[in-house]
Amino acid sequence: MTDHALPNPPVGPESAPFFAAAGEGRFLIRRCTTCGKAHWYPRALCPFCFGETAWEEASGRGAIYSYSVMRRVPSPFAIAYVTLEEGPTMMTNLVECDLDALAIGQAVELLFRPSEDGTPIPCFRPT
Amino acid sequence: MSLRGQAYIAGAYEHPTRKAPDTSIAQLHAEAARGALADAGLTKDDVDGYFCAGDAPGMGPLAMADYMNLRLRHVDSTEMGGSSYIAHVAHAAAAIAMGRCSVALITLAGRPRSEGQSGTAARPVVANAPESPWEAPFGPVTVNLYAMCAMRHMHEFGTTPEQLAWIKVAASHHAQHNPNAMLRDVVTVEEILASPVISDPLRRLDCCVVSDGGGALVVVRPEIARALRRPLVRVMGAGEAPKGQLGGDVDLTFSGARWSGPAAFAEAGITPADIKYASIYDSFTITVLIQLEDLGFCPKGGGGRFVQDGNLIAGVGRLPFNTDGGGLCNNHPANRGGITKVIEAVRQLRGEAHPAVQVANCDLALAQGTGGLLGSRHGSATLILERA
Repeated sequence: MTDHALPNPPVGPESAPFFAAAGEGRFLIRRCTTCGKAHWYPRALCPFCFGETAWEEASGRGAIYSYSVMRRVPSPFAIAYVTLEEGPTMMTNLVECDLDALAIGQAVELLFRPSEDGTPIPCFRPT
Repeated sequence: MSLRGQAYIAGAYEHPTRKAPDTSIAQLHAEAARGALADAGLTKDDVDGYFCAGDAPGMGPLAMADYMNLRLRHVDSTEMGGSSYIAHVAHAAAAIAMGRCSVALITLAGRPRSEGQSGTAARPVVANAPESPWEAPFGPVTVNLYAMCAMRHMHEFGTTPEQLAWIKVAASHHAQHNPNAMLRDVVTVEEILASPVISDPLRRLDCCVVSDGGGALVVVRPEIARALRRPLVRVMGAGEAPKGQLGGDVDLTFSGARWSGPAAFAEAGITPADIKYASIYDSFTITVLIQLEDLGFCPKGGGGRFVQDGNLIAGVGRLPFNTDGGGLCNNHPANRGGITKVIEAVRQLRGEAHPAVQVANCDLALAQGTGGLLGSRHGSATLILERA
């Protein structure tokens, strides 16, 4: 179990809509309106073709691409990259889990955890 | 136009300190500069090009050029983390080839040890960095971002902790001969595996040292190099490449060396089999393994088998690496190891490495750097040097 307080994200103009939707429980990613590919982290310009991009709601389902449990801190925690069902791989934390029972390829689902100031942060737990 | 033969490294100096609580960062830069110029047989007044990166205090090159009172006509502060200084050699060679300068000085210095920095401490959040909203909450420190690369490499290729440990074993065999090295004790695979896990799967002895110190290089026009009384070390080829998360197509099993390495070999007109000595950036053991694969010393996924059984130990293995003890045992000044990689390559090409680790007939050497964070975004710089 990991329960350390998540630092606040410095929310800015490009990321504000994501965190506003997260406050309503919706997990958004961004997809290019020209080449059709979804990407992460969300950007106004497509990182594959420089086309315009738009928000869309994602499934919140994915699989662990890689992870590491930080042991030499007062409250051990798991950083990870999770590959979303929609394609992109994103940095996250694995929470509500046995830190000794994680594995690459394991199926995970999204949940929002509050940061120190209550901003909803996209984390994942094993399904 | 190629960099091949356009410039020579005439001076190289590694500051002997590993802990400098009473020395300013600017002073360390200047002491390293003085050492490299003395090594070359040049003076401060000969310098007309200056190169530094993010470790330089204040407004970087402006602060340091003023502190050292340099009269310059070319300045470059390319920032690629610890790989910067390897790229700086190539940038200096290009500037020299274009006639923008004749004597280029490159410096690095820092005091992370005295300032209590560590690879497990939270990195300060840079509010305007585009990735910060998407990463800062998750606790990405230095070690866990490299650890995720090791975890994925083990998953895809069956790389083992024992194989990673062989990289540290080799570095420790070399460090025993370096009186300035922070860690001079030879360690075994068993001792490394018994050291505590910091961030799975990396253990304490998979991590480099945190040291104060610095280093400097002097890169000059060919005519100047030939007029000096030092062995000739010629720039043969170079490559550089940043690599990030690829828009979400994350692949942690390779580094930017996949791109910078082939560019450098092509420019030099040689292959990995021609290299007699390699300086390979060793922030962590996994950093070395992934770069060796990307540079073509072994196939992708074959790094574990390549490094085991002492293959990186001078006089024992096929590819002697980091004969100064590297960042793993000797020195990682300013948390940026690029300049020490070039310095030891120069020592090897000159025949000035410690006799116990000097590679016989060392005529071609490579210096490879990875700067920043292997698991999120980093720079890679490759440099190939020849004894002329």
